[in-house]
Amino acid sequence: MTALLETRDLAMRFGGLTAVEKFCCSIEKGELFGLIGPNGAGKTTVFNMLTGVYKPSEGEIVLDGTPTTGLAPADISARGVSRTFQNIRLFDELSVLENVMAGAHQHAKINLLDALLRTGRYRREEESQREQAMRLLDFVGLGDRAGLPARALAYGHRRKLEIARALATQPRLLCLDEPGAGMNHAEKLELSALIRRIRDELGITILLIEHDMKLVMGLCERIQVLDHGQTICCGAPAEVQCNDAVIEAYLGAGESGRKKTADH
Amino acid sequence: MLRTLGILALICAAAFGLHLVLDSIDAYWARIANLCGISILLAVSLNVINGLCGQFSLGHAGFMAIGAYVSAFFTTTLRYFDDAAGQYVTVLPLLDQSWGFVPALLLGGFAAAAAGLVIGIPTLRLRGDYLAIATLGFGEIVTIMITNFSKVGGANGLSGIPAYSNGFWIFTFAGICVLFTLHLQRSTFGRALIAIRENELAAEVMGIRTARIKIAAFVYGAFFAGIAGGLLGHFLQTISPATFGFMKSIEVIVMLVLGGLGSLTGAIIGAVTLTVLPELLRDVETSTGMPGIRMVVYSLVLILLMLFRPQGIFGQRELSLRLLRSLLPGRRKEGAPSAPAAFTAQQSVEAKTFFARAPQTLPPQNEGKK
Amino acid sequence: MLAVNELLQQVANGLAKGSVYALIAVGYTMVYGVLELINFAHGEVFMLGAYFGYWPARWLGYMPDSGEKPQVPAPVALLLTFGAMAACALIGVLVERLAYRPLRNAGRLSALITAIGISVLMQNLALVVFHADSKDFPRMIDQQSVVLGPVELPNTKLLIIGVTALMMAGLFWMVRYTRTGAAMRACSHSMKTASLMGVNVNRIISLTFAIGSAMAAVAGVLISLDQPRLTPLMGLMPGLKAFVAAVLGGIGSIPGAVAGGILLGVVESVVGGVAGTTYSEAVAFVLLILILLVRPSGLFGKSGREKV
Repeated sequence: MTALLETRDLAMRFGGLTAVEKFCCSIEKGELFGLIGPNGAGKTTVFNMLTGVYKPSEGEIVLDGTPTTGLAPADISARGVSRTFQNIRLFDELSVLENVMAGAHQHAKINLLDALLRTGRYRREEESQREQAMRLLDFVGLGDRAGLPARALAYGHRRKLEIARALATQPRLLCLDEPGAGMNHAEKLELSALIRRIRDELGITILLIEHDMKLVMGLCERIQVLDHGQTICCGAPAEVQCNDAVIEAYLGAGESGRKKTADH
Repeated sequence: MLRTLGILALICAAAFGLHLVLDSIDAYWARIANLCGISILLAVSLNVINGLCGQFSLGHAGFMAIGAYVSAFFTTTLRYFDDAAGQYVTVLPLLDQSWGFVPALLLGGFAAAAAGLVIGIPTLRLRGDYLAIATLGFGEIVTIMITNFSKVGGANGLSGIPAYSNGFWIFTFAGICVLFTLHLQRSTFGRALIAIRENELAAEVMGIRTARIKIAAFVYGAFFAGIAGGLLGHFLQTISPATFGFMKSIEVIVMLVLGGLGSLTGAIIGAVTLTVLPELLRDVETSTGMPGIRMVVYSLVLILLMLFRPQGIFGQRELSLRLLRSLLPGRRKEGAPSAPAAFTAQQSVEAKTFFARAPQTLPPQNEGKK
Repeated sequence: MLAVNELLQQVANGLAKGSVYALIAVGYTMVYGVLELINFAHGEVFMLGAYFGYWPARWLGYMPDSGEKPQVPAPVALLLTFGAMAACALIGVLVERLAYRPLRNAGRLSALITAIGISVLMQNLALVVFHADSKDFPRMIDQQSVVLGPVELPNTKLLIIGVTALMMAGLFWMVRYTRTGAAMRACSHSMKTASLMGVNVNRIISLTFAIGSAMAAVAGVLISLDQPRLTPLMGLMPGLKAFVAAVLGGIGSIPGAVAGGILLGVVESVVGGVAGTTYSEAVAFVLLILILLVRPSGLFGKSGREKV
């Protein structure tokens, strides 16, 4: 196995504030990798750097041997990194199906003139995009809601639609930012099965941020723990669970009651 | 492709038929109808920028002005008065004919499109109201530049433009614009445009080249605005920088807002309504001797719309048979299992939102801090 | 040497011009600071201010024909100004109450479009009520030239600069040192938090509109000292330019609006002196696009970042 994603000493500073420092990780192809940590630990900042939303202040990101540090989000997407958002960001006025098709936009092999004149190439492209999107919707279990506007979806379904849309970009690495936030137990079980299927059936490497320890521990093969922008531990779930630094980060040294639920 | 060409031929034929009709009816109404056609071009083209892509532009009149002046420059200055023949003779024989002004018109469109490119690139970094102000500035700069350009008449304007515009050309171009925009809207590019409007960051992360698409929207909208300007110039026969001032841009925006920003059919209906209505009000103005009443009504419509139905008549939906049908009382019951599941679901949602949509508003340009 | 004097003269002229921009710009920037709304109608409030000064003067029997002596005695002129301020403040508050408040949670674009609508409405109502022909403001002070070192300015322009400075000082003091001012600053940071802390947000917003509109009214009367010609469209360009000034200084910042206004006035005058007045009209907009591209937050503004 070789590393799909490697980061070296990644750092992000906003003015004087250091959100993430010396972030190193190495994710193998086909791995289910978890990133956890208390609120404000810098997890989402890592995602933002990996997907080009932020330019890292320092360090290097290497995707399958080629550096992607500082590339624009669309370029990184074209290289096979996709994501979902902690605060769901759907295209509300588009239909569920169209949301997924929009995710496949970058792979459309037509130009504007094809679309304006509706050439044969355009029709074939449109058809295949639609089919592909339908398949993805069936995969995540939203096939029967394809025609609804995205804004009409229930919360849990919105999370799933975001996953389907991210899959439509044909990623090699899928970054999921708290996909289980706000879900009930049954929905979480379903979600965790879905994540596993994405890895097993589609062969997509997954990087997961999640606050629900049960979900992360049950799903991920390796977990990296962040606190105050620093990596405090990395290893298999069992190792992480009994690591002193991790327990301290979550429960505080002698201080109890620190919440570990999702923030909004 | 063939079907598209067929539709284009149909549009030409229909425009020609309309042209004949307009030729035979009262000149006053024919004039209003032609102005409607030009308004449709303007509203539909601006809808691509403001409605679909969500980039609030206040400079549409600037693109119009460029199209109008460039095309009029070619048809007026490339000819001279031949004393022997007692009429104007053009330098290029092509421009003699009515159809010969199409190249001039297209040139105007391309010039406007080029301006769209020029203004599109730098304003990419701006969002929401900042973009609105920058495009407003662009529009003002265009008119000020024309005012200082004596070759085209400066502040006095350019007169004696040949009356080449007629019902046929106006409605042919309006038809083409509507057809292309419909095709655009329903294609992968249309989805990309709307994706940018709905959530630009997510669009970018999903691999949509937002910069490229936004510029394309500006270029596309500017092109047809330029065509509309050229048609207007050759219709009014006199243009001046004041014709294309800030208020002109506002008029087009009111058309969009009335119909529902983001809706193609809404744009068309808004354009027609707000071309006919002010013309009728113009009569009121002259009969009461109160200039300004027309714009008073115009602005009141805009304000009341924003207060009571901010999504416009159609919201972002299209007026279609399906929507009309879904509005019929009998058909609104859910679960009529005649159509495939997806369709009925969509119908009932459309019907519901049409009636019970909370005063949710225009596409949020920019999430405010509060 | 001559060129330097010429330049200084233009700078001095620009100061007067810029003072008027600054007075209007303050209203834009205060409203934007609190509501994040570009109050497009603000330029029209400035126009109304001029008319609200003009009509009472006419009713009192002061005619616009130019005599040797100032026709409106100073105390009356002062009263006229206060009257115009009060009337404009009332209009500003009413507009906010009737048109902007119902849309406060409806998205910025709806509010922006409404503001444009109000602007067009006021302009054309003025056209209907005041008629399109221009009116000349009765003379308020005797015009004299004052020599100040290398430059020579009419006393009207000096008065404009002086009154503006006074008004600005008053405004700074109010925002900085009074409870109400503190509440305003709190609202511009976060309306929600301010209301949780017991600030009556609606009252503060009304007050913001009242103060901004009153300042614009002063600008309307002041400009009549220098250019006594009133038309219903006189608010459009100064309004737009004052907005540019506010953006230039960093919208939301009161010192920024003042600095932006003065800067714009000076640059316009200098360009007008060098290249002719027609080009000076474009200066504001070129400057606007440049500043938006280089530093959208303006000279004094703070830049925000979208949270992902």
